[in-house]
Amino acid sequence: MAARIQLPAQARRGEVIEIRLLVQHPMETGYRYDEGGQPIARNVIRTLSCRYAGEEVFRAEMSQGIAANPYLQFTTVALESGDIEFSWVDDEGVAGSERQRLVVTG
Amino acid sequence: MKREGMNAGSDMKHGNGADLARRRLLSVLAASLTWPLWPRQAEAQLSLLDPNVLAFARGAEVRRGRVRLTMPPLADNGNTVSLRVVVDSPMSPQDHVKVIALVSSRNPEPNIARFYLGPRAGRADIATRVRLAGSQRVMAVAEMSDGSFWLDSHEIVVTMSACLDESL
Repeated sequence: MAARIQLPAQARRGEVIEIRLLVQHPMETGYRYDEGGQPIARNVIRTLSCRYAGEEVFRAEMSQGIAANPYLQFTTVALESGDIEFSWVDDEGVAGSERQRLVVTG
Repeated sequence: MKREGMNAGSDMKHGNGADLARRRLLSVLAASLTWPLWPRQAEAQLSLLDPNVLAFARGAEVRRGRVRLTMPPLADNGNTVSLRVVVDSPMSPQDHVKVIALVSSRNPEPNIARFYLGPRAGRADIATRVRLAGSQRVMAVAEMSDGSFWLDSHEIVVTMSACLDESL
């Protein structure tokens, strides 16, 4: 599962930075049927969390009410240089993760 | 014959007829001024009484304010509707937003999502894209660290509903 992350490469200490995340995922609702008339099982990303230097700063618990290829935008305070990691898992148990380094100056 | 009679009658009571017409016009004008007020109040009450909002608040009082839910008034496609929730909070360790819940009044799964924040967020400001199964009211509820709950709701008209189009 690919994901696109947008966050600044560096920030001043104490600055509130904006994080944008787009995960490629169908977010299958479970309400659709395939060509054979069989229901397609629900498969959505239930939990997505964002850890900054090891500590969780944001978590989303989602349902089929979130559009396909879920997009999330949130903020965090730049405290120290470190990795910002995103990890998620869907109903089929398929997990994904991405990370990006943030350099904090000042 | 009847028409003539009516005309004759209105001519005879010309003053009264005009007075009545003016009164009708005034009452219609007055009604048009007050009409938009009650649905807003009713809508506010409905949001506060939504069973999923009540379940999220676990019996605590939910009040309007502090939360601002921004989304379009009309969406052509219910499969992706952008929305943004901003909560008025200092986001300090003592006073911050813990959870933001998005609740739908019409989706088969009314609990769209919950976002867990904390003082590390700096601002309570999130955006996402949701699916909406038809025209409805979307509610954003924030749980604060002091245990209070705040709500904003938004009515949206959805032209093409999500969950129905099987070809997608």
